[in-house]
Amino acid sequence: MKILITGMSGQLGRKVAEFMHHQGHQVIGVDRRPWPDPPRGVEMYNVDIRKRPAEDVFRTRRPDAVIHMATVTHFTTAADERFRINLWGTKAVFDYCHQYGVKQVLFVGRHTCYGAAPDTPLYQNEDEPPAGIATFPALADLVSADLYAASAIWRYPDIKTAVLRLCYTLGPSMRGTLSNYLHGPRVPTVLGFDPLFQFMHEQDAVFAIGLALLSQLRGVFNVAGPEPLPLSVLIRATGRTNVPLPEPLFPFAMGRFGFPKLPLGAEEHIKYPIVVDDRVFRKATGYEEAYSADQTTQAFRYS
Amino acid sequence: MSFLIYDDVAERVERLDIPFNLYGYDSFGVSKQYLKYFYSMLTFFYRHYLTVTVEGIENVPDQGRCMVVGNHSGGIALDGGMVVNSMLLEREQPRLVHGMADKFLNSIPFTSVWLNRVGQLTGLPEHALQLLEADRVLMVFPEGARGTAKLYKEQFSLVRFGTGFVRLALQTRSPIVPFAFIGGGDAIPTIRNFKALGHLLGVPYVPITPYILPLPRPAVHCHIVYDKPMIFEGTGSEEDDIIEGYVEQVKSKIADLIERGRKTRDTTVAIRMGRKIETDEEGRA
Repeated sequence: MKILITGMSGQLGRKVAEFMHHQGHQVIGVDRRPWPDPPRGVEMYNVDIRKRPAEDVFRTRRPDAVIHMATVTHFTTAADERFRINLWGTKAVFDYCHQYGVKQVLFVGRHTCYGAAPDTPLYQNEDEPPAGIATFPALADLVSADLYAASAIWRYPDIKTAVLRLCYTLGPSMRGTLSNYLHGPRVPTVLGFDPLFQFMHEQDAVFAIGLALLSQLRGVFNVAGPEPLPLSVLIRATGRTNVPLPEPLFPFAMGRFGFPKLPLGAEEHIKYPIVVDDRVFRKATGYEEAYSADQTTQAFRYS
Repeated sequence: MSFLIYDDVAERVERLDIPFNLYGYDSFGVSKQYLKYFYSMLTFFYRHYLTVTVEGIENVPDQGRCMVVGNHSGGIALDGGMVVNSMLLEREQPRLVHGMADKFLNSIPFTSVWLNRVGQLTGLPEHALQLLEADRVLMVFPEGARGTAKLYKEQFSLVRFGTGFVRLALQTRSPIVPFAFIGGGDAIPTIRNFKALGHLLGVPYVPITPYILPLPRPAVHCHIVYDKPMIFEGTGSEEDDIIEGYVEQVKSKIADLIERGRKTRDTTVAIRMGRKIETDEEGRA
């Protein structure tokens, strides 16, 4: 199968490319960011997904399937740029896929789009509306991209579209939303709150993405790993120090004292849990995680 | 800190039939260590501050899903805590009882952590369903906050029951074990509820007692009566009047249990206070 991966130069993108290449598929990548040393046989196009040259890649290379991973978060990118990449990039990808006869699209989204609030249930399933923006305005671009991708299921019925909502990934690459949050030696939390955090090893995420593509899924699926752990336990297990801050002080401390810079509303995700129910995905694909919570936190800690 | 943990309580927590992971947590975030502190605190109230007796606790099955459904009284959910504790202390096979905490509690610092670590999750239908599907014991007060808002003089009455619990029981095929809690209103004798003050503090109401604060009085005797499981057949999508019929059955059962429990408790209290009932030659009072 000829697979095109958008956002291939990201840490997870590279791993997915390597994995699919290793499985014997032809892999083509599109990314603004360079990947100077992809495995031999993996084609890398250093182009912007919303620009003409990217469309040329679709037209000339004619991929059978697309894994759309070119989404960014507040940790790396400013708000207006995020909207251009996440929402308009997703629209461009689906337009190209429709135009150039792609048979299958996989959108790799995030479980954070469900949002966190005092009355959010644990183990949310795919039927719950993504309410992330209610408490966390900086998620608007990701939530809209997720919903836009899911709308392709009925807009382009001839394309097999699947939206994956992956929980946080953690592992030796030290990249990703949770890794950025846990990056420093001291991790800020909100005093008096300790939500469950759901995370999976990045290799398990790669495997899940590959499995989802090869299972030819259609629909929206939550993807998760081992049992969630309380944030305080996660921080301790990764060898970090938990620094609980009283909530009124929290916004002032962000970006100072070596703490990560978090946007408005991010503290909701540190006060309340986002835990998803991934049973539908497990049943549809037979997926099982290879790495336990302990192995995952240790892999992150000792990398 | 282990001096705050009773040894027998810790031993019973170890015997709970809950799949704890490597870190001592289950999939709902219940912590074994937090449970030991929580139950020890409850046990102090259960044994020494109030005194609680139970009857019929064997009616709750040793394993599998089950709903325990009863009456609410006494300002704050003291009755809930005592029911949770009775299921740990008074049974051969201790069981963890999950209550459904009011939503506002989850937004209060520390309260949020403690409730979640001891299995008292936010009161959402999703949580109730997930817990029963995981074969846990779910404690339901169908009167909700209307029940704890009862005044001292109303403590043995029942207010309107919600119907969701019967639908849930049908849907998950869970037996309903009815219970009556006697003494909640005696422990915290509410004389008035301040709703406006509660609104300011972000709680539904603030109960006021003759000594102002809604704290339990010492040495009040409480009694819990459990009765045989009630099993209803159905799918949970029946029409309202059928469901209301089942709710009515549970409600009248609980009303009976309250009457039964009051008699038992009054006798116990009379004996404990050294009072003797004067009888005539034929043994009648």
